[in-house]
Amino acid sequence: MTLAVGCRARPGKSRDNKTGSWRVFKPSFDHEKCSKCGMCQTLCPEGCVHEDAEGFFDPDFTYCKGCGICATECPKEAIAMNQEEK
Amino acid sequence: MAEKKKTCELFDCGHRACGGCGAALTARLVMQAAGTETIVVNSTGCMEVFSTPYPETAWKVPWIHSLFENASAVASGIEASLKKQGRKEKIVIMAGDGATFDIGMICISGAFERGHDFAYICYDNEAYMNTGIQRSGATPYDASTTTSPAGTCSFGNRRPKKDMPAILAAHGAPYIATASIAYPADLKQKVEKAINTPGPCYVQVHAPCCTGWGFEGDQTIAIAKLAIETGLWVNFEMVDGKVTKVKKVVRKPVEEYLKTQKRFRHLFKPKRQDAEIALIQAIADRNAGKYGLDINLRKE
Amino acid sequence: MMEITEGSHAVAEAVRLCRPQVVSAYPITPQTHIVEALADFVANGKLDAEYITVENELSALSACVGASAAGSRTYSATTSQGLLLMTEVVFNAAGMRLPIVMSIANRAVGAPLSIWNDMQDSISLRDAGWLQFYAEDNQEATDLHFLAYKVAESKEIQLPVFVCFDGFILSHTYEPIDMLLQEQVDQYLPKFDPAEKLDAKDPISFGMYATPEYYLEFRYEMDQAQKRAKDVIAKAGKEFGTMFGRDYSALTVGYLLDDAETVIVAMGSVCGTVKDAIDEMRAAGKKVGLLKIRVFRPFPSEEIAKALSKVKRVAVLDKNISLGAKGGATAIEVRDAMYGSMIPVKGYVLGLGGRDIRKKDIKEIVSLCENGIGDQFYGLRKELI
Repeated sequence: MTLAVGCRARPGKSRDNKTGSWRVFKPSFDHEKCSKCGMCQTLCPEGCVHEDAEGFFDPDFTYCKGCGICATECPKEAIAMNQEEK
Repeated sequence: MAEKKKTCELFDCGHRACGGCGAALTARLVMQAAGTETIVVNSTGCMEVFSTPYPETAWKVPWIHSLFENASAVASGIEASLKKQGRKEKIVIMAGDGATFDIGMICISGAFERGHDFAYICYDNEAYMNTGIQRSGATPYDASTTTSPAGTCSFGNRRPKKDMPAILAAHGAPYIATASIAYPADLKQKVEKAINTPGPCYVQVHAPCCTGWGFEGDQTIAIAKLAIETGLWVNFEMVDGKVTKVKKVVRKPVEEYLKTQKRFRHLFKPKRQDAEIALIQAIADRNAGKYGLDINLRKE
Repeated sequence: MMEITEGSHAVAEAVRLCRPQVVSAYPITPQTHIVEALADFVANGKLDAEYITVENELSALSACVGASAAGSRTYSATTSQGLLLMTEVVFNAAGMRLPIVMSIANRAVGAPLSIWNDMQDSISLRDAGWLQFYAEDNQEATDLHFLAYKVAESKEIQLPVFVCFDGFILSHTYEPIDMLLQEQVDQYLPKFDPAEKLDAKDPISFGMYATPEYYLEFRYEMDQAQKRAKDVIAKAGKEFGTMFGRDYSALTVGYLLDDAETVIVAMGSVCGTVKDAIDEMRAAGKKVGLLKIRVFRPFPSEEIAKALSKVKRVAVLDKNISLGAKGGATAIEVRDAMYGSMIPVKGYVLGLGGRDIRKKDIKEIVSLCENGIGDQFYGLRKELI
């Protein structure tokens, strides 16, 4: 890879950094309890919670850091944080 | 699992912010409000560092970082250039409280005085976080930082938060707002207003920092809410220098906010510091009086 | 077209002809006449630019950084204290590879405060990565701005340029100038069209940070661009000569070098005085010559070594001092260029803070050099020390 003049870059390469490897705790999303409010997606600092075709939500575990904000803020307590087994 | 819907995030995954980072969430929400026709000018600080370690960039809009103090001046030059080129992109400055309240004051004052068209978003995590939690002009009274540490002879930071909104109102900024990641829809609305109001506009976003304030990353939003509910952070709007909208609250005692964070632990351990807590309560009470925060619940 | 004009106004006119889209201005003696003239041009429709009256010099250059990154040709001017105040941005602009051109009306730096001429200001920033051009007279001060934009904006270089000329001595002096016409400048200097700019149509992140894995190579690339600049200057300078009759391809210019035994190396307006002194010394039988350095960065080491390879001795004049080192910057770098040859190189620090340099001072320096005396301050008022 040759250097870009002036230390510049076009979008995309941050995705090379798979921050999912940082996790200690992993969220599990219970669609049975989910009311599709979307707060988990709104409040995720990574932007890695995605809506599916049915309107439910799931994290992208490639990038999810396991911070737990989604679990804390879910009004239906539909998200649980569990210690991840590695 | 059903098919994922496409979302367009202009602040991408893979950035290196701490898990639960209030500033990262701020960046995401601001970019959702701003859209693709935006040029971001970022000061040195947490946001710039966790989003652009060469060659990885999390930004999907044109973005520039120059120095710590000069984002407003760089933005002034960009604005002039866009004018000459007949281009319509909007300029959004993203800077931390250190860059805004302290080192950037000269450049901000000049840019606001000249009346350039941009939206200045300050993500306020109330200290110099990227360098390891040092006191800034935005650090609240009695907060412990590494340069205003609590100790046997000290209760931490001795000065109240600098009132940046008032300073910029004095510069004639047409639109000023304070916001919080606890109320994301409100935050986005305010950012949009700031971007679409001609002239230099300012939004100060409360962005709690789990690493710097000493709380677990999953509490970021809850703590941001408590700041507002205790009256220590006020969400308001100013149009042409006059406060127009305030988020009213049923106020909780400041203690409920202070006890959640290690930076205020010295107010409770080893000994409860009632006099200091009372002084902080007085700050909240003054805010309530100044902005009309209190919802009066009347028992019929 | 010939005109008699003040140096500052000639520079302002040259800048106007380059069609910058954004000009940022903060006043500081002795540059102020430049920014005033430019403001006047804008106010009277002679320059179609956005003119930003910034609140300090750091903002002046920062606004240029923003404007350049967004795709505009941009300009500012400063000197002395102003240049030092914006030093952080000076390094930043070069590292970001933005082709900004800035005039420096050379002035001494405080403390003690001095508004008068020497070259300490721009010389002190020689490590920053900007190209540095030094004008001998106001014709050069004018022409070097056209050259500066052309070289700065070339794809092989993409580095900012200082165009330096002595404050008051040149900036405030009226000289006859052959000023180019707009059509001529438009022919020489094409529209600024950077390959990369801040643009929603092609988003790029500018000014990322570099970890130890990358930083060294970024600085190496800048140094390589400086080295390439010699050829780019030669080409652009030759083209200028072909089109307008004044050749700027050489980084150094000799005066009566061919059979010289003693050669004076100098930069800037003092070269005019040196030439007059040389003419008189030659008439009296002394074989003295001048090697004028017109481009200080990139430093023309090979050119200097070649030009001075046959002389008996070298006297280097410095209107600057690297305090604590063995003299001024030019002497130190000339000596380095001459490393390996047995030719003695002596440095003379003179003219600091606007102290006048006269023909007899040049003659005396030549005598000192002939007697092997040098590497000292010249012209000290002994009664004061």
